[in-house]
Order: sequence, then structure tokens, then C-alpha cells
Amino acid sequence: MAESSIDGATFKELQEIAGADFVIELVDTFLAEAPQMLNALHAALAAGDADKFRRAAHSLKSNSHTFGAMALGAMARELEHKGLEYARQSGAGVVDPLDALAQEYARVAAALAELRNG
Amino acid sequence: MAERRDDAARLLVVDDNKVNRLLLSRSVEMLGHRAVLAENGRVALEMLRRETFDLLLLDIEMPEMDGFQVLEHMLADRQLRDLPVIVTSSLEGLENVVRCIELGAEDYLSKPINSVLLKARIGASLEKKRLRDQLRDMVRRFATSEVAQDMQQSGFALGGKCIHCTVMFADIRSFTTLVESQPPEETIELLNAYYALMFDAISGHGGVVNQMIGDGLMAIFGAPLPLDDCAGSAVAAAQEMIELIEQFNLERVAAGKAPIRIGIGIASGDVVAGYTGTQLRATYTCIGDTVNLAARLEAHTKVAGRGILIDAATRHGLGADVQLIALGDVQFKGKSAPEPVYAVGQDSA
Repeated sequence: MAESSIDGATFKELQEIAGADFVIELVDTFLAEAPQMLNALHAALAAGDADKFRRAAHSLKSNSHTFGAMALGAMARELEHKGLEYARQSGAGVVDPLDALAQEYARVAAALAELRNG
Repeated sequence: MAERRDDAARLLVVDDNKVNRLLLSRSVEMLGHRAVLAENGRVALEMLRRETFDLLLLDIEMPEMDGFQVLEHMLADRQLRDLPVIVTSSLEGLENVVRCIELGAEDYLSKPINSVLLKARIGASLEKKRLRDQLRDMVRRFATSEVAQDMQQSGFALGGKCIHCTVMFADIRSFTTLVESQPPEETIELLNAYYALMFDAISGHGGVVNQMIGDGLMAIFGAPLPLDDCAGSAVAAAQEMIELIEQFNLERVAAGKAPIRIGIGIASGDVVAGYTGTQLRATYTCIGDTVNLAARLEAHTKVAGRGILIDAATRHGLGADVQLIALGDVQFKGKSAPEPVYAVGQDSA
């Protein structure tokens, strides 16, 4: 089930607090903004810009927690704290942290799209 | 959905993340307040300096200028330092919270923000601001703005300190005769016009009127807030006072009324300045020889037939451009030795 990427209780609480209609707008905003954050992470990594990298990871973490995307939030948090060195690790058997992040984001985006329409 | 309230406050929401910005402004609006948005610290600071807000919700991690820098700028800015700030951040670590509070933030809320907590914090901050504004308005009404500012910065404490400043006394000549010759309403009207003019001239040169008794007033230059050129400012204010009275007299004569004349005495030196009275009712004042001498000089203007009289210490502080006439030494009541007296200007009024 695609919704497993999103904590249902957190999402439901958000709807109760802000209103279901508003949450649709908020989800759309996130779905438009998040790919830019992923791009910003790649660009910052390539440029060796630690500040920009930390900020992008921080932003993604913050938004993930808002929607209840706990796994995505935890991955973004790790990037925020461990920085460029951690993101650069590669080799046999090692999963590229940014690739893993992108895959989890894809699951989150699908789940949110489903929740948004349901 | 949002409750409309008469006491709606205007909040500035600062966050570089669009989702956070939207959600925070939504929460603020659902509490019945208005939210204005800024996407980083630099933009926020520009808006704060241009517009009026009741409260700031501030993110920390932002490009261009982060929340810490915004707090630092606000702390250094007298216009902004009293604006309450609630930091809303997902930055972890107690040291970040401590740093925000030390930089003057009222509160720190971690993201994702709990809406019940947000409501309570916004309510408490706005209430505190309301009480603070009320208090400041009261102080302003009953004290000069300089005293109000001094109290805001250093607090209120009875007791004095020794300050070098220039003291001025001024009053209207033959005021008693004037009062007897006209209806009381006209006297009050005259006094109000007179005080308005004198206050303009004095505060325009950095002085503070701290006493008004009948037609007389006492002003201090250099306390409670320091002034670069106490003597020069006081004399410039005195000259402007005389000019303003001359213009005022043109109007009075045109209206068929008698012109008025004023006498001004100025002395410089060390005074003991501070709040005297009780904890419940106090006034900012200065005492000491300098104050007595200024009062004596003012009284002596009648004898000398001059508008402005100053002492040697004030003369010492003046530039060469001020025209003075030495009137010789005068023995004043309460003084052990005669004091040299100078008249300002060439007038023989």
C-alpha cells in the first residue's frame, strides 16, 4: 500500500487543524517545491556548498514531518546533520544516499497524491 | 472559518520554505489575525523597518540572512527591539534555543508546530506587547520623551548621579501685572501658546523641559540623555526663544494685546540629576549650585535689562560666533564670591 510512506495520524491531524481543502493546496505546493529541494541537494553536492546542502536537507526534513512522511524526514535529517561527506559515499554495496532519498520521495509523492484525491 | 476579531494583530511570518510559510499564515489567520509573508531575513528586516507589526514569527535556517542575524539586527535597533519574536524552527539542539532567547526572542517553537501551543504563545506575546505599549504611552504622557526613553533603557530608580550639563530658567516679565489686566481664559491661552513655542525651541536643540511653574520653566541640556554641546545648544535655544516671542508679539499687537517679554538665565556645571520623590510618584530633576545660579541669572535679567544672561562656564563652552557682552562680576544671593555675568547678543532689551 502506497500510503505506508505517510503516517496517517499526522496527516489526519493536519487536515483537522488547517482544513482539508487547505491541505490539498499545501500538498500541491510541496509536490511543486520538493523536486527543487532534491535538485538543490545535487547541485550543492556538486558545487561543494555545505551551507546550501544543509539548508535544502533541513527544508525537506521540516516539510516531511509536517505531512507525516517520517521515513523521508529521517533520511533528510541524516543528510542535514552528516553533510556532504556522507552524501558522497559510494562503492560496491553502498546505496547512494541521494538516490535512496529520491526513491523514498517518489513513494511519498504517490501517497500524497492519493491522499489528496481521496 | 477564521473568526473575525476587533483585536486582530498584524504578524510577519518569515520562512524560506513555501509550505511552512503557507501553513503558518493559515494558522495565524485561523486565530483571527493577519499574516504578512517574507521569504528570508533580509526581506523581513526591510519590511520591519518600513511597516508596523505586532509580532514576528521567525524561522532560523534561511538563505541571505538567517534568523539569528535578524534577531541581532533587531536588538541593535531601538525601533525594533521591543517587537516580540517567536522563533519557529526545526533546528535541533538546546544551544540554538538558548541563543535565540539570549538574542531577545520571546519564545521558541519547534516545527512541526503544535497549533494549540502556537495559539497560546501568540496570545501571550500579544498580551505582553499590549501591556508594554500601554505602559510606554502612559510614561510618555507624563514624562518627557527623553525621560521615557531613559527609563526604558535603564529602568527607574530613585537617586541621583553627578552629570555635567547646562541648566536654563526662563519666565515672562511682569506676568503678575498681565494676569491682573486680562480675563483668566486669556491668561491660560497665552500660557499655552507660550509653552508651545518654548518647548519647540528647547526640544529642537536637544533640551528637556522638566519643570513648569506658572509662567516659569526650567530646562536641562545634557541630561537625562547626554548631549555633545550643552552650552551651545542651550544658548541657541534661548536665542530662538527670544525670536519666537518677537514673532508672537507681532500677532498679539495686531490683535490689540500687549506684547510680552521673557528673561532667560543659563548656567553650566555639574549637577546631581535623577529621579526624586517616592517609589509611587517621582520626577526627573537636577539640583546643585549650577541650578541655583541659572535661577539667579534669570532673575538678574530684569536688573540688567537683558534677555539672556549666562555664566562663565557656559561662555567657556561657546564658539566665537556667539556675540557676548561682559557685564562684570555680580554678587548673587547665596553665593560666596561674585560671579562674572555675560549677556548674549547686542540687544539692549
